Amino acid sequence: MLRYAAIQNLVSTMDLFNFNNGREGYYGEYGGTFLPEILHSTIEELKAEFRKAKDDPTFWQEFMELMQSYSGRPTPVTHLTNLSNKLGGAQIFVKREDLNHTGSHKINNVMGQGLLVKRMGKTRVIAETGAGQHGYATATMAARFGFDSKIYMGAVDVARQRPNVFWMENMGSEVVAVTDGQQTLKDAINECLRDWVTNMDNTHYVLGTACGPHPFPEMVSWFQSIIGREARDQILQAAGKLPDRVFACVGGGSNAIGLFQGFMEDKSTELVGCEAGGFGPGKGNHAARLAYKDASVGVAQGMKTYFLQNDDGNMLHTHSVAAGLDYIGVNPVLVHLWEQERVRFEAVTDAQVTEALKLTMRTEGLIPALESSHGFAQAILEAEQMSKDEVVLINMSGRGDKDIFTIADALGDEHWKQFIRQKSSEYGPE
Amino acid sequence: MALNNYLAERKQALASTKRPAMIMTHVVCGYPSFDDNWKELEIMQSYGVDLVELQFPFSEPSADGPLFVKANQEAIENGVHVEDCFAFMKKVTDHFSFKVIMMGYYNTVFKTGHKRFLQRLKDAGASGFILPDLPVEEAGELHDIAAELELAPIVLMTPTNSDQRLAQLAEAADGFIYTVARKGVTGSNTDMNSEVSQFIDRCRQHTELPLAVGFGVSEAKDVAFIGQHADIAVIGTAALKAWEHGKEQALSEFFEQLLG
Repeated sequence: MLRYAAIQNLVSTMDLFNFNNGREGYYGEYGGTFLPEILHSTIEELKAEFRKAKDDPTFWQEFMELMQSYSGRPTPVTHLTNLSNKLGGAQIFVKREDLNHTGSHKINNVMGQGLLVKRMGKTRVIAETGAGQHGYATATMAARFGFDSKIYMGAVDVARQRPNVFWMENMGSEVVAVTDGQQTLKDAINECLRDWVTNMDNTHYVLGTACGPHPFPEMVSWFQSIIGREARDQILQAAGKLPDRVFACVGGGSNAIGLFQGFMEDKSTELVGCEAGGFGPGKGNHAARLAYKDASVGVAQGMKTYFLQNDDGNMLHTHSVAAGLDYIGVNPVLVHLWEQERVRFEAVTDAQVTEALKLTMRTEGLIPALESSHGFAQAILEAEQMSKDEVVLINMSGRGDKDIFTIADALGDEHWKQFIRQKSSEYGPE
Repeated sequence: MALNNYLAERKQALASTKRPAMIMTHVVCGYPSFDDNWKELEIMQSYGVDLVELQFPFSEPSADGPLFVKANQEAIENGVHVEDCFAFMKKVTDHFSFKVIMMGYYNTVFKTGHKRFLQRLKDAGASGFILPDLPVEEAGELHDIAAELELAPIVLMTPTNSDQRLAQLAEAADGFIYTVARKGVTGSNTDMNSEVSQFIDRCRQHTELPLAVGFGVSEAKDVAFIGQHADIAVIGTAALKAWEHGKEQALSEFFEQLLG
């Protein structure tokens, strides 16, 4: 009986984005388009252009070829034999999105949207960024396609992700440090919306995650599905079977939905979303919308989904060591899949993340980004309890080089501090 | 609806004065403080404003410009809750003769619950509400409840809307229509020109409700311009700027040059 119910509940990828039997842009009761009226025609234009592209097989072909020649796709799947042996449990495999140009999965969505911008004949792009990976990818895309670009980034994030800011600026983007609100990702999104309501005629808003108003969750999921499409074939090849569990970190949720789509129809594969547990449960301590019980349904930043908010509907402070996961809301598609019990959500604390990162660096010579390390931490925890013939797949959504300052602090690395002191003294006073 | 009748009367009364248009002003609840709000409202009343928007502060005011963003943020930091806004609104509607419209973001309504929120608005004496991030497609249930309670759902029309869309918006509207004179967020300057008047005239073709014109009204000539094409001039950022600049005196001077 239970088994039957589970099958009944199973949501296929095809069904997820087929709105014929429901409201367009809704996943269960989540999603929608909640935007100021002034953007209505802009969003309609985008929806129409996206629909045309999605129905045009040559568009996906063009996208794939671009990702191959420019970003190095397909990214490989790597068997972490040392780590698997050390833990003595399941075989751990990793999808290497870190090997993309610009070092993360963000480029998939960005190049896809870039092709759409070209089709729409717009000449300027804007983007929000948290960890800076999406801003970095957008700056890259803008340089490549010849668009003007402006990147909005919370002032707090600018301070903790200077290396990415450096590259954005050097690729010709203007980086604006947003000093409103909590000065993080959500505030950068608000600022993008403000820019967009003014400049929509020539400007496309390259939203970086599968959040915001429809069609963004669908569109970003579609471009990111390239991860799951590749990964399913690769893991069958490498492990000889489908993974028993798939892990991905969830901030906005674009790398997770990208990988999960590849396995949506594989009933035996469990999908696990790993949120930022920060300091642990308790309002203001973390950014875990679903794994902890501090969030509730609301409508903000263009969509209806779970938000970390108070009883007035005002957003709470969030915390994570990973800027890219430090967000109040979550992908409405994933919320729907969570309610359908197709995706399980877990929270991973900052402390667990640091340990997982250290272990991965030492045993495998891989440096996952702090965001991706959330997936690693949960997978390591579970793999140890699993049998040797079981298989887990982790999305290494980005590389950790950008986090060198944060990681060095977390590890209390004395040599690094010494280097910074010396470097600083070389520059002398301003 | 009560608001429609009120505005019709006020419009008629306007004919016997020199004032070119009705006036709607804007106050962010609890910013800088409720005491300051009260003093602002006394001045607004003394200049005979017809409508006041009371904005309920929200943490993500994505349609607002820098000054209102700061106002929303500081009000919340000062501990202003939805509860306080309702209490203040009640006090205001009991005391002043202008009509009050709630302005805010949809999440504040959603979180309280459609029915409960509108009932509380009604109890606090409001005449309607403006929710700039709630598109009409999503507003069906809320507007139905509003109709039962005789609260006007104020709909926005914008220069980017097609005629077909304007017709759809007019269908959903009651009370008056808020026409957004230009692209952008609140508080930037608008050059009141033929482009704006053409847009207002386009709105006029789709509705007989009074038209309010918002975004960037700061001088007497703006009000005169609006009077020629529409019914209500919306004074937002400019008044708050005046208050920030010099409290009662500056705000009185602002209204004096605008309406005196």
